[in-house]
Amino acid sequence: MPAYEIEIILNRQLADCLSIPVFITDTMGNLIFYNEPAEEIFGKRFEDTGEMPVEQWSTMFRPVDEAGIRLPPDELPLVKTLQNATPHHKTFWIESLQGKNQKISVTSYPIIGRTGVMSGAVAIFWKSNDE
Amino acid sequence: MKIKLWGVRGSITTTGPETAYYGGNTSCVDVWEDGCVLVLDGGSGIQKLVLDNELVTKRIDVLLTHLHMDHIQGLGFFSPLFDPSMEVHIWGPASITRTLHSRLSRYLSPPLFPVLIRDLPCKLTFHEIQNSHFTIGPFTIHTDYVIHPGPTVGFRVSGRRSTFTYIPDHEPALGKNGIIKSSQWLSGFDLAVGADLLLHDAQYTGQEYLKKKGWGHSSMEDAGLFASMAGVKRVLFAHHDPSRTDIQLDDIFTAFQEKNSYTFNYQLAREGMEIILDDL
Ligand SMILES: [Zn+2]
Ligand SMILES: [Zn+2]
Repeated sequence: MPAYEIEIILNRQLADCLSIPVFITDTMGNLIFYNEPAEEIFGKRFEDTGEMPVEQWSTMFRPVDEAGIRLPPDELPLVKTLQNATPHHKTFWIESLQGKNQKISVTSYPIIGRTGVMSGAVAIFWKSNDE
Repeated sequence: MKIKLWGVRGSITTTGPETAYYGGNTSCVDVWEDGCVLVLDGGSGIQKLVLDNELVTKRIDVLLTHLHMDHIQGLGFFSPLFDPSMEVHIWGPASITRTLHSRLSRYLSPPLFPVLIRDLPCKLTFHEIQNSHFTIGPFTIHTDYVIHPGPTVGFRVSGRRSTFTYIPDHEPALGKNGIIKSSQWLSGFDLAVGADLLLHDAQYTGQEYLKKKGWGHSSMEDAGLFASMAGVKRVLFAHHDPSRTDIQLDDIFTAFQEKNSYTFNYQLAREGMEIILDDL
């Protein structure tokens, strides 16, 4: 298996130093890394799961709007970033593991290195304390 | 494939009897096969480079890993550039906003250097490289960006029977916990995997590296780990710290050998060293 581009490797090394939850995907949306703060939101440990295909990890969150209506994937920041290689931001709710909705803001950006080609994307989850 | 090291010192040239054995010239290596030559980096060692083999064509290719001074400072003193009968090709990384030619012109122009690039009498061509594959004569070359400040690549040079990997400036351990022990997450892995010979940055001791994180270089331990993960057959530790005397280098390396054993042969790179790879 070829190595990732250095901008992906450096994003992981950076994420590993941060206290904010960070998810990193490849260009297909496969989850290739998430840091310790992200493990709390996700309810899984990277050490246990390793990389996860997009079909598997994308179904683990149920994103809903204020009225509790399911958000279509095309409205999610990370999906948009992967589609058009631009940064996005949105606040919405996800159903927590306990069945309670958690308000979060997600900021996503594309990883585009010196070659000018997108090699992946990063999503930062900001947990909101209000309902 | 025949390889000769013309400069293995890091950062700045050193002169004097106390560095005479390993040498004080900065990065430069030549690689020969079938009468064709590649010159890797244009540090001060390039000034002494003698084309002692017979060139089949009047062509020389100089491949630059990056444009830090210790890798280009000898370029202006490379005699083929002043020979109108020579065809010189310079390969190196551009930046996001400036071409290779424009970046090199900052050094090869007054007041830092008396001659302008456009006034060099040889037939000069520039080639920009990034994550690239190309061939030059009998050589197949693969270049990839590696972790080091500024656009920096490493080289994987394959001849007919052997492969030489050259990554003189590299900090694969940059991060909270150092090198991630998975080849997919290892900067430079594709360049080095299974190589017959790897020349790699090993500027620091493990202790020194802790104080030099982010400076772009490796400890001997990290160079050894990198080589193990890439499954190379032989390693040369290079880019020796300019503050080291020959005696200090020997002492540090002996202490390192007592603590670290690998399946591959490893030694300190030394100016003037010649290696014929096909005989390995
Ligand atoms: Zn250097
Ligand atoms: Zn450098």
